[in-house]
Amino acid sequence: MEIPVVRNVLEANERISGQLKKLFADKGILALNLMSSPGAGKTTLLERTLRDLSEDYRMAVIEGDLQTDNDARRVAATGAQAVQINTQGGCHLDGSMVMAALEALNLEGIDILFIENVGNLVCPAEFSLGEDANVTILSVAEGDDKPEKYPLVFHVSKIMLLNKTDLLPYVDFDLGRAAGFARTANPEIKVFPLSARTGEGLAAWYDWLHTMRAAKSRA
Amino acid sequence: MPGAMHEMSIVSSILAIVDQELANAGATKLLTVVVKHGRLTNIMPEALTFAWEALTRDTPHADSRLTAVEVPLVLRCFACKKEFTPEDNLLIAPCPACGEELGHTLVSGRELFVERLEAE
Repeated sequence: MEIPVVRNVLEANERISGQLKKLFADKGILALNLMSSPGAGKTTLLERTLRDLSEDYRMAVIEGDLQTDNDARRVAATGAQAVQINTQGGCHLDGSMVMAALEALNLEGIDILFIENVGNLVCPAEFSLGEDANVTILSVAEGDDKPEKYPLVFHVSKIMLLNKTDLLPYVDFDLGRAAGFARTANPEIKVFPLSARTGEGLAAWYDWLHTMRAAKSRA
Repeated sequence: MPGAMHEMSIVSSILAIVDQELANAGATKLLTVVVKHGRLTNIMPEALTFAWEALTRDTPHADSRLTAVEVPLVLRCFACKKEFTPEDNLLIAPCPACGEELGHTLVSGRELFVERLEAE
């Protein structure tokens, strides 16, 4: 016999993602899903952001990694709550991992939750985590055609942070070209060039966070 | 092997759907499961069938087959509204009718669903 089905393979994740979205809404938490390739500087950017905004917000971090809790320890050193998820080789975080990680956090009074996804520009884009926005980080040490090669992650992201701009004199990376490719994958995407190391350009990222945070409070 | 891991987790989700649908239909033996995946979903069909074989070995579905069918990427042109399938550059492509390159709407290519089962 033939059994017609037509069911979304990721329906279980979509269901949990919906529960997470509701939880974040109930608690008034702005949840951001940070995606990049390995080595783009997600953790350094987070450390800097957590330190610079520590007077403004209470923040927590879920660190996704294949192995080790190195990143969670770096982030916890800023004073923010941090919990590590080791995916044991899995290439992305999914909703159930985030749900389980939340048990280890005290969510009361948290203004912003950063979810640092596994370093990978491919499959994290498929698994929503109840986030208010996806943030893709690309470093100028990578090719400026990354958005052309991995369009989906840019398609689903509200903003692209172009990190390590202090290296621009040493690499062949065309900011305009990268931004152009990203906009063809997603005409709405906002692009912020910055350096987590020198602090250049961070103000625009922080302004965006303030705007997102303010919008969440009114919701 | 992150690529293979990705398809493993996809196949686990497919298996959950298959078992529910077989039970609902009162079927006992799965022959084929047909999965449709959009061009943009980063699924490798060979990795999907490999993961299916690996995860169904020594289970009641050991003799079944997974058929992966790709759904093409279809864009609707921002300017002339005609639909087209770009050759290889995915979302970045000139419209064959009017040449517009920017602002196209995604019509299909993000699907990932179990379409049907053949069973006894």
